[in-house]
Formats: sequence, structure tokens, C-alpha cells
Amino acid sequence: MARPDFKPVRAEAVCLTGARLLDPASKLDASADLLVAEGRIAKIGAAAGEGFEGLRIDGAGLTVVPGFVDLHAHLREPGREDEETIRSGAEAAAAGGFTEIACMPNTNPPVDDRPSVEFVRGRAAGLLTDVHPIAAITKGQRGEELVEMADCAEAGAVAFSDDGRPVEKASVLRRAVEYAGMTGRPVISHSEDLSLSDGGVMHEGVRSTRLGLRGIPSISEEIAVDRDIRIAEYVRGRIHIAHVSTAGSVRLIREAKARGVAVTAETCPHYLTLTDEAVQGYDPNAKMNPPLRTAEDRAALWEGLKDGTIDAVSTDHAPHSAEEKDVEFDAAPFGVIGLETAVGLLLTHGVHKRRLTLRELVLVFSVLPRRILGLPEARIREGADANLTFLRPDAAWTVNRDGFFSRSRNTPFHGWALKGAAAGVLRGDQFYLAP
Amino acid sequence: MQLKSRHLLGLEGMTAEEINLILDTAASLKPILDRPIPKVPTLRGKTVANLFYEPSTRTRFSFELAEKRLSADSVSFSQSGSSVSKGETLKDTVRNLQAMKIDTVVIRHGASGAPHFLAGCLDASVVNAGDGTHEHPTQALLDMMTLREKLGKIKGLKVAIVGDILHSRVARSNIHGLSAAGASVGLCGPATLMPVGVSDLPVRLYRNLGEALEDADVFIVLRIQMERQKRGMFPSLREYRSLFGMTVERLEPLKKEITILHPGPINRGVEIDDAVADGRHSVILDQVTNGVAVRMAVLYLLSGGRGKIEMEDHGQA
Amino acid sequence: MDGQGIARTLKRLTHEILERNAGCEGLVLVGIRNRGDVLARRILKAMASIESREVPYGVLDITLYRDDFQRLADSPVIGETDIPIDITDRKVVLVDDVLFTGRTIRAAMDALMDFGRPSSIQLAVLIDRGHRELPIHADFVGQTVSTSKSDGVQVRLEETDGEDSVVLVVS
Repeated sequence: MARPDFKPVRAEAVCLTGARLLDPASKLDASADLLVAEGRIAKIGAAAGEGFEGLRIDGAGLTVVPGFVDLHAHLREPGREDEETIRSGAEAAAAGGFTEIACMPNTNPPVDDRPSVEFVRGRAAGLLTDVHPIAAITKGQRGEELVEMADCAEAGAVAFSDDGRPVEKASVLRRAVEYAGMTGRPVISHSEDLSLSDGGVMHEGVRSTRLGLRGIPSISEEIAVDRDIRIAEYVRGRIHIAHVSTAGSVRLIREAKARGVAVTAETCPHYLTLTDEAVQGYDPNAKMNPPLRTAEDRAALWEGLKDGTIDAVSTDHAPHSAEEKDVEFDAAPFGVIGLETAVGLLLTHGVHKRRLTLRELVLVFSVLPRRILGLPEARIREGADANLTFLRPDAAWTVNRDGFFSRSRNTPFHGWALKGAAAGVLRGDQFYLAP
Repeated sequence: MQLKSRHLLGLEGMTAEEINLILDTAASLKPILDRPIPKVPTLRGKTVANLFYEPSTRTRFSFELAEKRLSADSVSFSQSGSSVSKGETLKDTVRNLQAMKIDTVVIRHGASGAPHFLAGCLDASVVNAGDGTHEHPTQALLDMMTLREKLGKIKGLKVAIVGDILHSRVARSNIHGLSAAGASVGLCGPATLMPVGVSDLPVRLYRNLGEALEDADVFIVLRIQMERQKRGMFPSLREYRSLFGMTVERLEPLKKEITILHPGPINRGVEIDDAVADGRHSVILDQVTNGVAVRMAVLYLLSGGRGKIEMEDHGQA
Repeated sequence: MDGQGIARTLKRLTHEILERNAGCEGLVLVGIRNRGDVLARRILKAMASIESREVPYGVLDITLYRDDFQRLADSPVIGETDIPIDITDRKVVLVDDVLFTGRTIRAAMDALMDFGRPSSIQLAVLIDRGHRELPIHADFVGQTVSTSKSDGVQVRLEETDGEDSVVLVVS
């Protein structure tokens, strides 16, 4: 797939002028110059750039926020480098406004031991975007034996997940949550009861009945979410629920949080912006797991995001080749890409529709995902590591999949008119600013 | 009057006028089948490809016959005898068809929406001959033609569809088609074979077969597939027959005239008794004849309308 | 041509048909829809008042035999065809209102052949307006009208149009 050349700029020092700097945690919201030197924020202030002779970035129209994190992306290396590599995924992330991403272990072979964790880290070294490996919960993601969690964590795994499929045996998930507790890393659960999903390909409801497609009922997710929360509650462990898609799951998580269970959750831009209506016409780019649900579910997800039940927005970026995806609906694999549309969608349908404030956007894309993964805080203050996301909150643009840095094109958002865009990132001594 | 789409992908969204156009055309074409030379030259030079990715004898024969009666050239392949088994994707097949300059593609496929997929990437007209558990529009049309022939009209009829609604494309097409044509449709079957959200469709739900028999005039009896039992959708054929079988004992006491249709192939002695399938209520064989006429009508209506000359009263005089 | 003119012309055509065929023995009248069938019925009536026996009558719709099907913007509505007797070894008289290019008659003859093997086919038309594109001629012509190719000849009949008239529409 033809894709544009990604050309980040490397500079010892750079001065950003005239941008709005927004960091709720540092109580910062001001137009000021920002000087970065040797990978750190050296100076912030009206005159921070005075006398600076190096590279300057004109920040007019930019809002600069603490670096965004996508805690759930699928990069296809090793195994399907034609669909995505660690490098291409990292580049797509940078263009989409993420300074750091966590990648799921369901590659081929899967990331389930120290060498495979190290492989990912090695491939990601030196890239503008940090790529944090997530290791599998069970060897080969087969749902039987736990991986060497301590070893993986020490090698750099930030979390454990068998995402792509659930840990079917409750006893195995219980042991995983208990054992992972020793490493301080969360278990990320793909919560699904496969016997209820039963080969389904879309949300079960009147639309699946009309289309004659096998349905995945809401309870397939909710029963598993309930189970997983109870396990975490019972063993007093931590669990993170991936890609929440139903109103029932939101309710279960809200109740669990009220009881004090150490549960966190994420949802994805497509569940916040689409419904099963998108499947009409059998568009394989509307096929993902969990499936697109109803308008009521979508409203409940926004509500959950607003009240903090859902902590983070992740992309569940799932690249697939055109050959795989451009087939009859039943035969198409689940998943859509999202790194380069997530921020724009949340600005358009969250911030501009007053469902979220810009501050809350920083929470769901930066502060909370960092907390979930145990990553250092990103702050805009003098002396902090330079870890910045650039936004153009009012820029009107049209999603064009042919301009993506991702190697794949499977997005349901091609042609969407959005207001608000990610403009790039600055991380350490490198930055990328969209033209 | 013309059909709105150049494809026939399903009956959902089709208007009563369009359905009537197809049925009227089918009625005009049907007498051709009884002529000494049962063939007209209308579609000479047109090429139709019949792609059957699922085994089907009757529907395929019916389409092939309809094509031959209209003098179209037709090529057929079914799964076992084609390159599909060699791992060729639907898309490759499509590209080949495109290169062969096929005018109309008739497709039967196990995946719901496969005809829509073809329609999206082919210049040819696409006729859905049954896709997964989605629709089987020509079957519903031939059911409607048969009802119109036998009962004079469709409007006002009470039609009960009995059996495995969940997996039935025949049921879906009939729900859409019959309700568009003004019939009221009721469904009757095991709760496990009733799709979710079905109450949002324009149908009523019968609690049991007794209620349906009391209320409806027409019964479309669906085939129950043995493999559904293996997947735990219902406990046994014995129990199925006792609850939903159209048996002589159930029909005997009825004081009214009813009409029984079955899309075939029939599991005799399971969903319907021999004596009922071959009895006076049954129009199953008329369905077969009408199948050819309806498919001729569909091919005829989809094959015209590519040129630019407006019809005059005496276009050729 | 007005109603009286049409009536007179049909009467003459009836006589010519009977004369040429030495009565109505073995004759079948087949009208081509639309209006040819109406004219055929009128001729039939006239024959009945002359000869005592009934002449069999059929209607032919040539839509399915058109040679321009691929070029039309619409799939035309198919009218009823009804040939109630076996035409094999009979003398078929095709009846139509206007003879123009000859293509309708070609289609009608092909259609007839699918119903049997007549011993002969003769053609009777109310108006012959010339401009043949095929080697076809009428055996019985009501009136020959010279037209330019782009003109229109409108035959209107009581049964279909509420009045009897023939009008030349000059383009």
C-alpha cells in the first residue's frame, strides 16, 4: 500500500511560539512560548524564546497538551508486516497525536516471553513514538498456562492481555489477576463469552435479523465483564476491561467502581460514533469485535466516559489488508484501524458536541491511560520530559484513508468531515508536525 | 414502469408497485411455458452466469430454465465443479466474470450479503438466488404469484410462516414482500428459532401452531434442517413434529379452506405429512412452475432498460 | 381519415380477404396489439355478416420478439398473447394498423412460427406509410399514405382511444 513518507524532525533544541499550552494537572492554560532542550521542557513563558537562535515552530492555532497514549493498538509485526509494522504503526500514532502506544501481543508468533517482548522493544527503539509491548496472559494465548509474567514485566511489558480472544476459563483468569498483581502490571481483559457469541459477526438485534447476519448479543460481553469484575473483586486484584461496547457493561463497571473494585475500562472511538446501522450494506469496515451496538449503548458510553466510569479511549487499531477485508461480510476479519482518526473523532463528536471538555479529553487520552499502564506522567512544566501532543481543535478536515501512515486502509470513517485534528507530537528530541 | 434497482438483492424496501410489476410480467410470461415451442428470443445475445456456491438443484434448474426460455446464453457453476474449491475468492471470480462480459449474475451463496458484495463491484445486474440467512427474493415472489393465482389477491391475506424463522431467508423475503403487498404476516416456530428483534418487523407472533391454524388462511411451511438439532436449537425432530408439524390430524378438524406452501426440499413426515404435502390444500407443485415464470420476469425486467430509446406506443411500427 | 372512412376501408379489406382466399375456409385472423387486434375484431364481425361460419381469431403481442429490446430505455410491458387454436396448415391473416419499417411484422411472423406452421401468412393493414427497412409488403392495404420518415401516423380507435380517426402528424 502506497503511503506517504514520514519525516520527523530531530533537533537538540526547539522553540514553540504562540501556541496555547494546556495541562490541567499543572493548572496551566495559557498562550506562551515553550522551549525544549535536550529532551526536556527548558522554559515556559512569554519570553521563553527570547534570544533563542535554534529551530522555531510557529504554534499559531495549535493547542499543546500532555502526550496522548493509546493503550490498545494491534501492530502486526511479527507475522503480518504487510498490514502494519511496529515502525509504520508508530508513525501512524505520531501523526494521530499519540506519543506513546501499547501494542497487543496477538502477533504471529505472539508476544508471550522475554525474547518476544525484547523484540518489540528493539524494533521500537529510537522511534518518535514510544511503543510499549503488552505480553500475553497465557502462553500462545491458548488460555491454559500463564506466561512468565515477572520476566516479561522486567523486559518491559506494561500489561498482560490475551486480547483478540477471552481467557475462557475463569480459573485461569483468576490466577492471572493474582499473579500479575505481583508485577504491578494490569491484566487487560477481552471480555467475551464465546459460547454466546457463537460465530456471530455483528450486534444481535433487529438489524442482524433483517440482514440475516449471525448476531453477537450484548450479554456475550456483559456476562464476561461481570465475571471478570467478580474475579478481580474476589482476589482483590486489578483488572482493565478492554473495548467496552454496551450500556450493560458500563453499568456493571460503574457499580463495581462504587464498591471499590480495582477495575478500569476503555472504549473506542467507533463505539462512540457509530451504531450497528453502519453494517447496512454489509460494509466489512463496520465489522469489529465487540460489534457496533445501538444508539442507546452509544449514549451510555458517552455518559460513562463523562462520569469517569470509563477511564480511557483506546483505538483498538486493528489493521487488515484489503485482500482480507474486501470480501463478503461473514468472511472478513474483525477490526478497524483508528490511530489516525481517534483524536479527530473525539474532538468533533466529544468536545465540539459538548459531551467532553478539552480537559476531559486530556484525561481520557493521556492522564488515565498513563495511570492504567503505570507510565510516568506527562506534564507541561519546566524540567519535565518533553512529551507533547499537538492539536488543532478547530481545523476542518476530511478523513482520507489514502493519506494514512498506517499500512492498512480499513477504516469506516473514510470521507467523514471532522472538526478538530491531531497535528503531531513532540517527544524528547524529535517532533512531527503535520503540514 | 420500471424496477428501481438494476439488481434484485432482496424484497426489503421494494414497493407494492414493483412487486406487482414482477408478478404481472410473470403472469404474461407463464403461457410461453405451455407453447409448442416454449421459448422466446427476447434475451438473445445476453449472457447470464449462475454462480451456486451452495448446493441447490431446484433453484438452479429453475433459473437455468428461465434463461433458456428467454434465449439467453447461460453458464453455470456450482461449488464442487468450479475453482471456488481451489481457494479462489469471490472477488477473483467477479473479476473473471467482468472480463467475460457477463450481463447478469445469479448468485446463491452461504454468506448473507454476498450478492450485495457482487453488486458493488460488477457492471452486471445481480440477482440474489438466496444469500445465507438473509433473503431469497425469487422464492417469495413465486410464493406470492402462486397465492395470487389461487386466491385472486394478496392484499388482506393472513399468512403464517411456520418453522425455523431464524435461519430462513425465505421467511425474511416473504415478510417483506407479503407485507408490502398488503398481506398480514404471522410467525410461528420454536422460541430458539425465532430471531431477536423480530417483533420490530411488520409481523405478529403466534404462541403456537394451534393459534396460527385458527387465524391464518395461508401457511408457508419451512424446512427444518437436521443440523439445527445437533446444534442444540431444539431437542428432537419428534418433539418438533408434535409441536409444529403440519399433520393430517391437525388439519382434519379445520372447517375452513387453507393454502399450504413449502419452499422445498421437503422433509416429509417432519415439518409436513406426505398426505398434506400432496393433498388438496397444497400448491407446492404450482410453486415450482411459477418459479420459472417469476425468474423469467425478473431476468426480463432487469435485462432491459440499458438503452436510450424511449418507448413509444408504436416503437417499431 | 374519419370514422366513416375507416369503416368503409375495413369493409373493402374484408371483401378483398374473402375474395383472395375464396371464402373463409381455413382462415385465422391474428391481430397485433395494440389496435391491430381491434381492427381484426372488426373485420371478423364484417366477415360474420357475409359468411355464415365463424372465423377463428387470435391476439399477438410482439414485445418478446422485438429486435430493439437491448436499445430500449425500459423493459416494455408485455401484453397478452392468445392464439386459441393450432395454426398449423391454416392460412393466417395478420392484421395491424400501420405498416412502416416492417420490423413489427417480422417479429409477428417469428412469434407465429413458434405457435405452429401455417400454410401461409398474409398481411392486412389499415395504413401503409412506406419507409420499409425489411423486404415485407402488405397483401391488403386500406390506404397508402406518403409520409416523411420522421412524421407520425396516429390511428385512434373507439375501443382503445374513444374515437375513430387517422391523423398524420407532420414533424
